[in-house]
Amino acid sequence: MRSLLLKKFTAASCIGSGAAATLQSLLDKRSGLKSCDFETVDIDTHIGEVPGVDQVRLPEQLAKFDCRNNRLAELALHQDEFFDAVLQAAERFGPRRIGVFLGTSTAGILQTELAYRERDPANGALPASFEYAGTHNSFSVVDYVRRRCRLQGPAVAVCCACASSAKAFGSAWRMIEAGLIDAAVVGGVDSLCLTTLYGFQSLQLSSTEPCRPFDVARDGISIGEAAAFALLERAPTVPEPGSVLLLGIGESSDAYHMSAPHPEGLGARRAMQAALASAGLEAADIDYINLHGTGTPSNDRSESQAVAEVFGTQTPCSSTKGATGHTLGAAGALEAVISVLAVKHGFMPGGVHTANIDPALAIHYLKDNRHAPLMRVLSNSFGFGGANCSLIFGRAE
Amino acid sequence: MSLSAYVSGLGVLGPGLANWPEAAAVLSGRQAYRAAASVLPTPTLLASAERRRVGRTVKLALAVALEATSHADLESATLASVFTSSGGDGHNCHELCQALSLSVREISPTRFANSVHNAAAGYWSIGAGATAASNVLCAHDASFTAGLLEAMTQVAVDNTPLLLVAYDSEYPQPLHAKRPIPDAFGTALVLTPERRPSSVAKLEVSLTDLPFDRLQDADFENMRHAFPSARALPLLRLLAMRAGGGAVLEYLDVSGLQVRVEPCA
Repeated sequence: MRSLLLKKFTAASCIGSGAAATLQSLLDKRSGLKSCDFETVDIDTHIGEVPGVDQVRLPEQLAKFDCRNNRLAELALHQDEFFDAVLQAAERFGPRRIGVFLGTSTAGILQTELAYRERDPANGALPASFEYAGTHNSFSVVDYVRRRCRLQGPAVAVCCACASSAKAFGSAWRMIEAGLIDAAVVGGVDSLCLTTLYGFQSLQLSSTEPCRPFDVARDGISIGEAAAFALLERAPTVPEPGSVLLLGIGESSDAYHMSAPHPEGLGARRAMQAALASAGLEAADIDYINLHGTGTPSNDRSESQAVAEVFGTQTPCSSTKGATGHTLGAAGALEAVISVLAVKHGFMPGGVHTANIDPALAIHYLKDNRHAPLMRVLSNSFGFGGANCSLIFGRAE
Repeated sequence: MSLSAYVSGLGVLGPGLANWPEAAAVLSGRQAYRAAASVLPTPTLLASAERRRVGRTVKLALAVALEATSHADLESATLASVFTSSGGDGHNCHELCQALSLSVREISPTRFANSVHNAAAGYWSIGAGATAASNVLCAHDASFTAGLLEAMTQVAVDNTPLLLVAYDSEYPQPLHAKRPIPDAFGTALVLTPERRPSSVAKLEVSLTDLPFDRLQDADFENMRHAFPSARALPLLRLLAMRAGGGAVLEYLDVSGLQVRVEPCA
């Protein structure tokens, strides 16, 4: 595929709002996970909450979008001068020539959960203030961002569970490649809500401890929230040295089970191979892998098998979910930003909370930070329904 | 900038429309439309344990996907796919929100797994053994048109045959009052980069500033407006007429999608 330039990027998660804070937390091996004190949730688990989301205010004319998810989007849009970069791109290309492609799994469902507690005792109706399109519907965050940035190009929410915001890069790439648009705002936004906290607990997939990906004693995920964005455009023929490019995308479906990965990681393997093929690269060209690494026994087992089959056992890998939690539909975009920071700063983040690497997982898992020049990084995202996506980012020489 | 592909398989299911041949007969005026509730078949594609787990939305999506792929002379398992829906399973969503509003919050793990927007795509991939890329989209009322644009882009850029499935079904109360989708409507198209024996028409799409087209027939115009996936009806009508022509599909507030159809003789 023809590479795309990441003109600008940003992220907000429990380890920091903005690229500098995110990088510093990774360098310090600081986790943002804490014992769950979200809303009225009474589950013994850990969460990754973004501080200050409740204090964010949306512009008055976009009041119908007011919910935690869109406040989180608003917070992230204003980090790293991302918002200004989008407005400048709109001036350069025209608002019709910029698309918006964002992944989310639950959008503003928290608003509906709260509204169900406020039902009219007589007739069961939801409160008049409840806004379905602006908060509940998966498109709400996309519609919010496109209106906020006054963009008029194609716009869509990508909803492939925990692979959503990685796959959003694919939708954006294809539309730029087809010539329908010149630039795209891509990313993902998912925020804490009762559905996912109680849902993962019902599946016995959440840990009571901060999650420990690839640890021998790992026993589940910690749910986090995040918003992460990138502004993509066609790469110049000779990109400026040091600029970061999206080099490859690979997608596949497990066709195996709704909520469990293929035991041998077959779908994951095909996504990684497809990403390498699309970038015209060999496995040996990848310097570091940011794993999906959720911290459930089965996910990490199938992913390590897939990684070992494609890359062997020497490529350095780690999961950053011990720091950020699993940010579900935003994980692909958040970890894309982390991968970009790794490439830019020559830095591989060690997995936080992982004490004893599971000897049964035969890959080169990094517990400690490592500093080395990186040219190319692969990031994995896998989701319910067997959705898989791998992205490759690289630094221009 | 326009994109083109061949329509090489079709499926439709909606109120009073049991399948594509029936829909084509009424849309082209060869038969009168008779309103009736949508009838969703048992998803025979799935193993019996899975069949019991799925709700109306998944049954709807699988029904139209099966119809479209049965017309196409292509192996279903090899097709990439784009699934698009405004809402997912409304009944499942209601049950979860209801359970979470109580003081003791216990939710069913199956309901949670089925709550993902990509449930239908997941069940399709399992049932059909489809391991290619599958994208799942939502654009509220623009979901069909956004899905068609994504599908046409993917066929053109990746040069791959693809299954597009658009489907929407109702929420129960109290969500129904906020999102009044009346019943179930779905449509599926197999799109191929080259003309095949099963191709019925060549399709071209491009973004446009022109206003979108409404349907003259009141029943179909009401249906088009009531279901996001039925925003496909002006295109389905062109395909049913088996005559060349164009229409503008409703898309986002600022643009529409111009479609042009040229029948394969």
